[in-house]
Formats: sequence, C-alpha cells, structure tokens
Amino acid sequence: MDGQNKNQANKYSIIVPTYNERLNIGLIVYLIFKHLKDVDFEVIVVDDGSPDGTQDVVKQLQKVYGEDRILLRPRPKKLGLGTAYIHGMKHASGNFVVIMDADLSHHPKYLPRFISKQMETRADIVTGTRYVKGGGVHGWNLMRKLTSRGANVLAQTFLWPGVSDLTGSFRLYRKSVLEDIISSCVSKGYVFQMEMIVRASRKGYHIEEVPITFVDRVFGSSKLGGSEIVEYLKGLAYLLVTT
Amino acid sequence: MKHIVKILSLVVAITALWIGLLQSSVIPRSHTWLLPVYFVVSLGCYGLLMVGVGLMNFPTCPQEALLLQEDIVEAKEYLKQRGVDVSSS
Repeated sequence: MDGQNKNQANKYSIIVPTYNERLNIGLIVYLIFKHLKDVDFEVIVVDDGSPDGTQDVVKQLQKVYGEDRILLRPRPKKLGLGTAYIHGMKHASGNFVVIMDADLSHHPKYLPRFISKQMETRADIVTGTRYVKGGGVHGWNLMRKLTSRGANVLAQTFLWPGVSDLTGSFRLYRKSVLEDIISSCVSKGYVFQMEMIVRASRKGYHIEEVPITFVDRVFGSSKLGGSEIVEYLKGLAYLLVTT
Repeated sequence: MKHIVKILSLVVAITALWIGLLQSSVIPRSHTWLLPVYFVVSLGCYGLLMVGVGLMNFPTCPQEALLLQEDIVEAKEYLKQRGVDVSSS
C-alpha cells in the first residue's frame, strides 16, 4: 500500500478519450507536461477514429515528448466513454488512473492537487467538484445553471451520494478501484459518471473532493433539452433502485 | 444494503408513525390526515429553496477563461516551434 514512504513509486496513467480534438489534444498535452514536472506519468489517448486528423497530431506529440510518455491507443469508431476508459486501462502501466476531458474544460493545473490530496488522505478516488467554493464554472447561462442545480438537489435528496458534483468527469482513481467499479456500470453519457461515483460510494471506497474550475468553451450548444432531462430522471431512478 | 431499501425503510417508518398518530388521536384527526400532504409540500419547498440558494451562490470563474486563453497562446507557441500542427482545421 502506498502511504508514508517518501520515494513511493506512484505512476499516473492519464486517460484522455478524444473525438475530433486535433487542436485541443496538443494544448492539453503541453499543459499536462507543464504542470506535472516531477511526476511519473503517461498520457493515454483513446481516439475513436477522428476524421479531423487528431491521431496525426498525437504522433507529432509523440516525437516531442516520447512514445513512452504519450500512448496512442485508438479505436475504429465512436464506441462510448465507458469502453474508452476500459480500453485505456488495458494499456495503463500506472497504479493510478486519471480521467479527464480533452477539450480543456478540465485544466491540467489541478492535477498536482488531485495527486497531493490522494497522498494526504490515502483516498481511493479524488473527484473534481465545480460546485464548491474555490471551484466554479464559466460559460454557462442561467438556464444551464438552473438545470444543473436542480439536478444536483434531486440527486442529493434521493441518492445521498456523498459527493457534491456527481456528473463531473475529472477524477483520479486508484487503478484497482476503477477496474472494480467500471465492471458493474452499464449507463451511458453523464449518467455513467454518476453511476461510477455512486457505486464507489456504496462500496465504501474512500472518496475525496478537490475544487476545480470548469470553462465551457462550447458556447451556445444546447446540451440540455427536454430529452436530456428525461434521460437524467430515468438515470436517477435507475441508480435509486440498483445501487 | 441497497439504497432503495434504506429509503423504503424510512418511508415505512414515517408511515407507521403517521398511522400511530391517526389511531392515538394525540393530534386532532383532521390535521393528522393532512400530515402527508404537509410533508410532501414542505419537502418540495425545501428543494426549491435549495435550488434557489444554490443558484444565487453558484460559483463562477470568469478569470479562468482569460487564464486559459493565455495558456493556449503559450502552448501554441511551444508546440509550433517543435513541429506540432496547431491549426484548428
């Protein structure tokens, strides 16, 4: 068990699923390397057959940073987030796994904080939360904030999840823990993220939170329509009954 | 124990309490019959209050967007010099 040992050999495998992120992937890799200077890590890019040339950019990045630090493990087409994580984990040599989005809504500057939080508390999972002081969101209009807050209150009331941000996908997992929970999760999309953290909570894993800021650069995208709300309620009901 | 079992036990306990109150007439019957309604309405009001309070105190970070833009410029410079394609199309 890692813990008090100062020279503990922790390695962090950062899994970044991508689809059409030819510019962002370079930026995020640069920022990861900038903020994790003395850390043993690898970046695993799971690209789902992006037509925009994302994989070509990753190969260029490999020339700059090394093929041992940047692993390109693509898939033929869009196959879903859960399977992207599983696929990434198969190639992960670290004992910890970080999952994050490629579009820079998750900023790599928080990675050291995730790592130190885990070391201090020996947590199994450290999850980023946008909803506490020190964290925050930029780029959401009032409607988006309202639905987010409403969804959160519902989830807290009925699920008692033990975390403040259920749908966030910027997380650090102990690899063995991620393998355990992911095998029992069946949902898709953001309900998948909820299912992961709720199942982890039910199984008694030690979960800590770190405030993060989330900059939504996809302005004007109507991610929250009526059907999204219905999907959410269905997901909530599913989690209520099966976890 | 599954979460739903916990919730159902809570509901059963509250229902038992309610039935007990009905039978023992500690509170006048007319009020007791309405207790579940009061309960649900209060829960709803509490929920709306939480949504409103949360909305007012929703943490935002406009400065982060600016910092991000600076990071992007820095990253593009570095990568361009090293032969990585940083065009967005």
